[in-house]
Amino acid sequence: MSEAWEPRIVAFFCNWCTYTAADLAGVSRLKYAPNLRTIRVMCSGRVDPQFVLEAFARGADGVLIGGCHPGDCHYISGNYKCLRRFKMLRRLVRDMGIEEGRLRLEWIAASEGEKLKNVVNEMVAHVRALGPLRLNQKFAEWDEEMNQLEHAVGEAQKAKEPVHA
Amino acid sequence: MTGIPNTDGNGRRGAAGEEIRIGFYVCHCGMNIASLVDVAAVAKEAAKLPHVIVSREYKYMCSDPGQEFIMQDIRENRLNRIVVAACSPNLHESTFRGAVARGGINPYFFQMVNIREHGSWVHTDAAAATAKAIDQVRAAVARVAKHRPLERRRMEVNQAVLIVGGGIAGITAALNLADAGKKVYLVEREPTIGGHMAKYDKTFPTLDCAACILTPKMSAVREHPNITLWTYSEVTKVDGHVGKFKVTVRRKPRYIDEETCVGCLECISACVFKTPKFEDEFNEGLGKRKPIYIPFPQAVPPLVTIDPETCLKFKTGKCKSPCETVCDRKAVDFSQTEKTEEIEVGAVIVATGFKAFDVTRLPIYGYGLYDNVYTALEVERMVTSSGPTGGEITLRDGRVPKSIGIIHCVGSRDKKTNRWCSRVCCMYSLKLAHLLREHTGADVYQFYIDMRCPGKGYDEFYERMLDEGVQMIRGRAAEVTDWTMSPEEEGKLVVRVEDTLAAYVRRIPVDMVVLSTGMEPAVGADEIRRMFNISCSTEGFFLEKHPKLAPVETATAGVFIAGCCQGPKDIPDTVAQAGAAAAQALALIDKGYVEMEPNTSYIDPDDCSGCKSCIPLCPYHAIAFDEGSKKAVINEALCTGCGTCVASCPSGSISQNLFEDDQIFSEIEEVLSHV
Amino acid sequence: MTKRYTYFPGCSILGTGRACEESTRAVFAELGVELDDLEDWNCCGATAYMSVDEHKALALAARNLALADTKECPELTTPCSGCYLVLNKTQRYMEEYPRVGDKVKCALKDAGLNYTGRVRVRHMLDILVHDVGLDEVRKHVKRPLKNAKIAPYYGCQTVRPYLDFDHQHYPMTIDRLAEALGATPVHFPLKTRCCGGSQMGTLPNVAQRLCYAILREARRQGANLILSVCPLCHFNLDSYQPDIRRRFGEDVSITTMYYTQLVGLAFGMDPETLGLHRNMTWDGSWLEREVLAGATA
Repeated sequence: MSEAWEPRIVAFFCNWCTYTAADLAGVSRLKYAPNLRTIRVMCSGRVDPQFVLEAFARGADGVLIGGCHPGDCHYISGNYKCLRRFKMLRRLVRDMGIEEGRLRLEWIAASEGEKLKNVVNEMVAHVRALGPLRLNQKFAEWDEEMNQLEHAVGEAQKAKEPVHA
Repeated sequence: MTGIPNTDGNGRRGAAGEEIRIGFYVCHCGMNIASLVDVAAVAKEAAKLPHVIVSREYKYMCSDPGQEFIMQDIRENRLNRIVVAACSPNLHESTFRGAVARGGINPYFFQMVNIREHGSWVHTDAAAATAKAIDQVRAAVARVAKHRPLERRRMEVNQAVLIVGGGIAGITAALNLADAGKKVYLVEREPTIGGHMAKYDKTFPTLDCAACILTPKMSAVREHPNITLWTYSEVTKVDGHVGKFKVTVRRKPRYIDEETCVGCLECISACVFKTPKFEDEFNEGLGKRKPIYIPFPQAVPPLVTIDPETCLKFKTGKCKSPCETVCDRKAVDFSQTEKTEEIEVGAVIVATGFKAFDVTRLPIYGYGLYDNVYTALEVERMVTSSGPTGGEITLRDGRVPKSIGIIHCVGSRDKKTNRWCSRVCCMYSLKLAHLLREHTGADVYQFYIDMRCPGKGYDEFYERMLDEGVQMIRGRAAEVTDWTMSPEEEGKLVVRVEDTLAAYVRRIPVDMVVLSTGMEPAVGADEIRRMFNISCSTEGFFLEKHPKLAPVETATAGVFIAGCCQGPKDIPDTVAQAGAAAAQALALIDKGYVEMEPNTSYIDPDDCSGCKSCIPLCPYHAIAFDEGSKKAVINEALCTGCGTCVASCPSGSISQNLFEDDQIFSEIEEVLSHV
Repeated sequence: MTKRYTYFPGCSILGTGRACEESTRAVFAELGVELDDLEDWNCCGATAYMSVDEHKALALAARNLALADTKECPELTTPCSGCYLVLNKTQRYMEEYPRVGDKVKCALKDAGLNYTGRVRVRHMLDILVHDVGLDEVRKHVKRPLKNAKIAPYYGCQTVRPYLDFDHQHYPMTIDRLAEALGATPVHFPLKTRCCGGSQMGTLPNVAQRLCYAILREARRQGANLILSVCPLCHFNLDSYQPDIRRRFGEDVSITTMYYTQLVGLAFGMDPETLGLHRNMTWDGSWLEREVLAGATA
């Protein structure tokens, strides 16, 4: 890629609150960074952890999940399910070496166009400061490291074998 | 799911086996989209994508010719998938699905890309907005190739309607629906219906008496065979969905048997409290009532209520209860307890009204500090001939005011309190000015920021008040004080204001100050909102589905809103909105069935391990465990299509129509494809 | 458990406000509150310097914040409402406008100082009423001031725009304190009105008119004492009564004092310890004549 790097953020927005908030931001002509790629789901509870991992694995620099405020879920409690998964996912993602702030869950109500704008701008700025994630590249590097490590262990084993023999 | 049939049963052409042929359309939306997004480039890029047969741009895709393009292309180019990049699907998804269906293919072979609200309107960089649009189009094209034909479900609709709130909005909606032959449950929190309007004396701009136009409607509610009226009652629980809401109503005990009480009010005269002693809520605390009371003589239902907080029988247990003995119908019943009613309705109209701004939040206006500062509602009660003073305007010290200041925008258009305009205060302040002058002959000063009198006959009323000699001072009043600077100010309240027309700070001494309070969301609006799953705008008023095109609908199908719970409005607007809500509810239930979106979840029994982890996740109890097959089964009629169970199934055996895993994965892949 | 605060006296305390300092130290010592003096403090710049050179004025005030930052107790308290306003304003500006904050921090760095934002600026009135508490104050009252009718005067710098311990439009903290001392606060509509501040020196006709309204209204509301919380307000109300009488042709004489002086009197302290002899309107017989007479009987 010859162009300058731009953060790429995949967003999963629930239909009733956050997607509508984004519509409102549009109707209100608020301006925010164009780095989001939105995927609409009916409820944040539909966001399968695999979606998030897939997005990172395919090169997303950040993933934003948007749902209704606690108590306001259109489907009563889907956002709570999302929150529970998110807490688990956040640990997993951290263990993979993905920095805090690349994965965000935000409650943005249908009336909060302003908040949507702020969250997107903030996240884009934050991810921009963190730099490209390039997880797929890291996978390759890690594989290489593992190979070298295994090779080294193998060599050491070989070297030790005669002593035991 | 093995293979997709060639036809979906309705004779429309299906897809599988067949070659996928996608038609792509990008809308200019006049200049709304085209001014920033390079629509030609989007169309050009889309044309290169797999399966795309035609790729077009057009000025207004939602217009008739735009839709005609789609239908024509389906016929002539044998298209079987359509993608439209335009505005939000919340606006025009159903429009285009209709066009797709009329073109002869299943309406769910369609995907919409939002490049206006999420694109041209929120970005400033044309290249970046175009790149974003292309990415989203790529995702939609990949996704639509994986769509399957779906059918909307039909569900029977209960013919009854619940109306929450018995103010003028609830009353109007109830009568409209009941007259149309529908069963109506009207639930009101207070002991009587009538709401705020029952407290008003005259209504602007015609100055007809509020009671004269309201009380006949209230009686009509009581007498209507199709209306079940539950006052002193509150909705506590709501289950179900459009067409079939299960609602629980808590009926507070009024310690009077509603069936036998005829409203003779003998019991009130008999009460051991010979004179009324307790703050009278209906009269804004200006009058007193007894523990056994009726809010006002024309209350509907005309029943007395016993307040256990003040009644001696409840407080000490030592009352001889003359109220009980004097009632020849034996209607007084101290053993009454709370009751709950469970009803099933097809639609709901929420009309819970507003709360007047709490003036103690603005101590600069001296309410509570100075006796002669009143709220507009208090004055409204005072000018009413049936009110606590019998229509006499007397101050708390017994004097008749010779000069009166009316301060506008108290709790409105104010960053410190509420930012919104409450819409009615200018007009009711003028009305009160007229009434106060009529009653007292006093000089009346209006302290206003702007006069907002849009409405039929409203501006004319303003002109008339000017002619009548109401003094208008443009400027937000800074404070109400008793600090004096001259002998004329002694014993008066001084309104300090910057007169922005005369361009200097003035001190206006008056005998009485009236605070024109704005409207706020009603007490308990938040609980109501949560129960009925209504969103609210930032200030807490209920959010309509669309501010212009769906003003009485909400995001929850079958739940409608009317009156001030949606935002401040006057009586004519409230009545019009209530009529609209009634018509919408009627249209919904009278059809007899509702069509539900097909985005329900389903289980592939071959993959289900019977682990039951999905079952407690469903808030609608739509998933059951089949003991025979040891598998989970989804009841499609109960499923609302959130997809939460899909995301949680460990074996991946649950799928959601229209939001299949492979469809979403292909979106993820495509939005990131060039990274 | 003694309470400890970092103490910023402010310039006027060493001049016209000496009585304020004396009574403050006496009362807080009596209540077991330790005031740890901020060494090497400088003038906060007052409101005047802000309008001359904002950045330099902020840096000047921030130096005190940075000095306080090195103290064990991050609560910086000052008896002067002007200092209270300026220090608070500096802190908020630095937080709200990072560009300004960075510039000031840079200046402080050159002086070998570090600003972390840890310091919290508190008004001594707030500490007396909310940290020490009115119950504790009541315990020390030896001389309930039954006949003192107090016009509580907060002045503008205490309340606008940063007051966080009471209502900005109609505060009641002094009123409640006065009640705890056995005195009666009167309704005083001008309690947050400006006294003219330093305009008294430059535009005396304007400032004296403002003071005239305050003094006149206090008498009209039936007060026999104006309590103020700021050295400058006190100075204006206390010293210019003869001038005001001449200018407006009306007797507006009324005793004025710092709230700490009144607290000290209620605690049974000697007027001299409280610096009351420095007040222009103080008259040795006032307490006996107006307040105590008939009260204890």
